[in-house]
Amino acid sequence: MMSIFYYDKTFDGLLSVVFDAYKIKYFPQALLGEGDVEPMFMERGHTTVTDPNKSDRVWAALCKKLSKQALNHIHHVWQSERPEADYLIFRYIRKVIDSPHSIETDFTDEDVMSMLQLAKKVSKDTMHLIEFVRFQKTKENIFFSPVAPDYNALPLALHHFIDRFADQQWALYDIRRGYGFYYNLQRVEEITLPDENTLINGNINPMLLAEDEQKFQKLWRNYFKAITIVERINKRQQRQHMPARFWHLLPEMQN
Amino acid sequence: MKESLLHKLTILAESAKYDVSCSSSGTTRSNKAGAIGNTSGWGICHSFTEDGRCVSLLKILLTNFCLFDCAYCVNRRSNDIERVAFTPRELAELTIEFYRRNYIEGLFLSSGVIKSPDHTMEKMLRVVKDLRTLYHFNGYIHMKTIPGASQELVHQAGLYADRLSVNLEIPLEQDLKLLAPEKDHQSVYKPMHYIQQGMVQNLEDRRKFRSAPRFAPAGQSTQIIVGAAKDNDKDILHLSSALYQRQSMKRVYYSGYIPVNTYDKRLPVVKDPCLKRENRLYQADWLMRFYQFNANEILDDKNPYLDLDMDPKLAWAIRHPERFPVDVNTADYATILRIPGVGVKSAKMIIMARKHGRLNLDGLKKIGVVLKRAQYFITNNELSHYTIHEATPEYVKSVLRDTPLLPSPAQQQLSFGFTE
Repeated sequence: MMSIFYYDKTFDGLLSVVFDAYKIKYFPQALLGEGDVEPMFMERGHTTVTDPNKSDRVWAALCKKLSKQALNHIHHVWQSERPEADYLIFRYIRKVIDSPHSIETDFTDEDVMSMLQLAKKVSKDTMHLIEFVRFQKTKENIFFSPVAPDYNALPLALHHFIDRFADQQWALYDIRRGYGFYYNLQRVEEITLPDENTLINGNINPMLLAEDEQKFQKLWRNYFKAITIVERINKRQQRQHMPARFWHLLPEMQN
Repeated sequence: MKESLLHKLTILAESAKYDVSCSSSGTTRSNKAGAIGNTSGWGICHSFTEDGRCVSLLKILLTNFCLFDCAYCVNRRSNDIERVAFTPRELAELTIEFYRRNYIEGLFLSSGVIKSPDHTMEKMLRVVKDLRTLYHFNGYIHMKTIPGASQELVHQAGLYADRLSVNLEIPLEQDLKLLAPEKDHQSVYKPMHYIQQGMVQNLEDRRKFRSAPRFAPAGQSTQIIVGAAKDNDKDILHLSSALYQRQSMKRVYYSGYIPVNTYDKRLPVVKDPCLKRENRLYQADWLMRFYQFNANEILDDKNPYLDLDMDPKLAWAIRHPERFPVDVNTADYATILRIPGVGVKSAKMIIMARKHGRLNLDGLKKIGVVLKRAQYFITNNELSHYTIHEATPEYVKSVLRDTPLLPSPAQQQLSFGFTE
């Protein structure tokens, strides 16, 4: 027999679940979204209503017990969007709250390690965005790049792009998830591209590009070729550092 | 497009490619209002070429004209190659356009020596100054210092660049004199010293005025060519170790010699670049920088070369069985760091994790310890007693070297299934 909590599958919702569970002293064995099909042997269901007052209190409690790094890990794991992620975070938070001392460095604990490993994967994905984004300048002077991260890592990389490219308009668009962010020199806003002609096979329509864009791509491709030391060719290492799944977005890897 | 820009870029990138440093780390600087760019502190790679090397900075020469005739260099005066030069404006614009597209972290500017070292430095400074003041570029800049440059120009360079470097190239002075008669170690050590002085002075200034401009905040680096002369690994490591004594020296790079001027009889005939040797030198360098080894421990007069078949940490451990086995539950950090199969990260995790309870083999595995290696060097009450002493150093050597002399230890008694 299973006990189940239903919630709205938001991060605040998950923290509200934690609040409710401690309040009613009853802990779920599974978490489901509203409207999910319920399993056959259900003992008892509780529906959590997302409430910022509840989630803030839980987060404040975590801030007291965890390092900044561990708090970051929670965010990263949430952004992984993996089906097991929410219940993993729930178990982790329970361990943090129930233990009199910090458990975040108990690497022999399965949940602590799973959190660490999943957070690492998401953070790697974020790093790949920072490395391999290639902006293309459009006629409207917007530097645009489609991206396709494995996890929902774009929000985690935003801060880097805002700081670095503060004096140019840019947009990053997640073609897998169909949403993105646009920076208008003041702030960032979330966008979706309603126009089907903007993207062709996941890349920007060449008609929209600025006149000199091809020139700089050509210069870059040439540079990239010229600095290769032929005597040291090591394609395995190249692939290791720059996995082939990113190549379709890199002008230097197109012929 | 101006075809000439593409042409120049190709030639001047090809002439710059033998400089291995590409690191963009060492400075954290956030964006300033109205400026473009920041630096991240840990360095970011943006691409990887077919040789597997990272592209972080636009690594380029201002010109490949050169006064000097160094035997090991493609740009030597006696080579019959096409000579070109960028204008400062061309190079600054190229840097900015590449940066805006997120191709690069910044610029690594080097140059052949035209007219005189100071004249060359002035030309290079122009590019770097323009980038900072005219183009408001706030990203990473690494600038090469030309051997023989004056203190005043080195000082100015340090005010605009994040990192400065002077390449030593040939580790022993007598070899340098043979291969590059116009250079000597003095011409390299002097600018190195100016950079060091600049940084020390700057530290003091900033103690008084927090707003004092920073001087080469990412420190300096240098490069040593490996295999172009008769030096051995011991010479090279002792040299690096001495260089690291200066706190301003952040990195020493090793570059396996690639025959570029095969006609020059002063150079050795090599078929393949000595990549394995280069790799072992980097590993030894890491031992000095992150594992608290000193050069004497890694190599001495009896063993002047690194073992190509084994990483230097394992080689050290096998030479010193008396230091093992180590009890991971009680030993201090420095001792744990020396266990083969344990890296800096796992050593730190071991220290943190054992506060929560005894670490068993499963825990070590979870932390990322390579038990296949570590098993001969640790104790813990789960392991039956089969350390390097029982197994003998010869045996451990033969199973853990890169090309094992013995079949997989899986068939031997007392291997714990950690073969791969």
